[in-house]
Amino acid sequence: MYTRILTSALFAGAAAGLIAALLQLVFVQPVLLHAELYESGELVHFGGTPVSAHPELPGFDLMRDSLSIVFTMLTYTGYTLVMVALMSMAEGRGAAINARTGLIWGIAGFIAFHLAPGFTLAPEVPGVAAADVGDRQVWWTATVATAGAAMWLIAYGGNKISYLIAVALLMAPHLIGAPEPDSFSGPVPTEIGALFAARAFGVGLAAWALVGTFAGYFWQTEGERAEASA
Amino acid sequence: MTTKTLNASAAGLGFLPAVFAIVLGLGVVTLTGHVQAAALHDAAHDVRHATGFPCH
Repeated sequence: MYTRILTSALFAGAAAGLIAALLQLVFVQPVLLHAELYESGELVHFGGTPVSAHPELPGFDLMRDSLSIVFTMLTYTGYTLVMVALMSMAEGRGAAINARTGLIWGIAGFIAFHLAPGFTLAPEVPGVAAADVGDRQVWWTATVATAGAAMWLIAYGGNKISYLIAVALLMAPHLIGAPEPDSFSGPVPTEIGALFAARAFGVGLAAWALVGTFAGYFWQTEGERAEASA
Repeated sequence: MTTKTLNASAAGLGFLPAVFAIVLGLGVVTLTGHVQAAALHDAAHDVRHATGFPCH
């Protein structure tokens, strides 16, 4: 069982993480680099003269972008370990786990780890004003935990009360509110911030859909292989 | 290998490995996403922003 969980999670995490990293480099990184020109003060908007929205951006940075690829693959492998473990528990309760059902798991994972925390603590472009990072991490972790628990209740709770608890868990962190900065001091144009959040969510959804599909696929095939050799 | 033994292994023995994998997975995510040590933060900087983790 250890082998099956670890093997499926490593395969799925590495594959989904690599694709996620490439999507990020193509779609998110240019927006991030653009924002950093404002963060560093190289570009200033709302000055006297209009600033071009299409500056020359640095291209592929071997060191920096390779690290991003490694860390994206690590992050998604971490996510996949959690997902495959939960899949094994769900299968123990009679749920069918395969690539098709995995897609739903992936979307649930996106909601728990990206959409739920990002709904109030929007994906931050470099340079935005923000509250203390420790406070935000506590809120982020609590929101991920409550959203994850809520979706497990929706999927496997099986009665009306569990749906009500799930709705309360999903809404509570946002009604309570996330740590916010005392004042706004972000130098980055709002257009870049909005594009960054949209891109981060879009790439996140694509990555998580792959995480779920791959996790379900490898979990099923690794199970069949173990059964055949038993 | 019958269906019965498969179910038993999934429901009984399956519990511990699952907990182990969850702890391991959350440990990895904490390292890549949350630990503020300068070297880790700099290496994971772009990923943290792009993946929606609180950064800085």
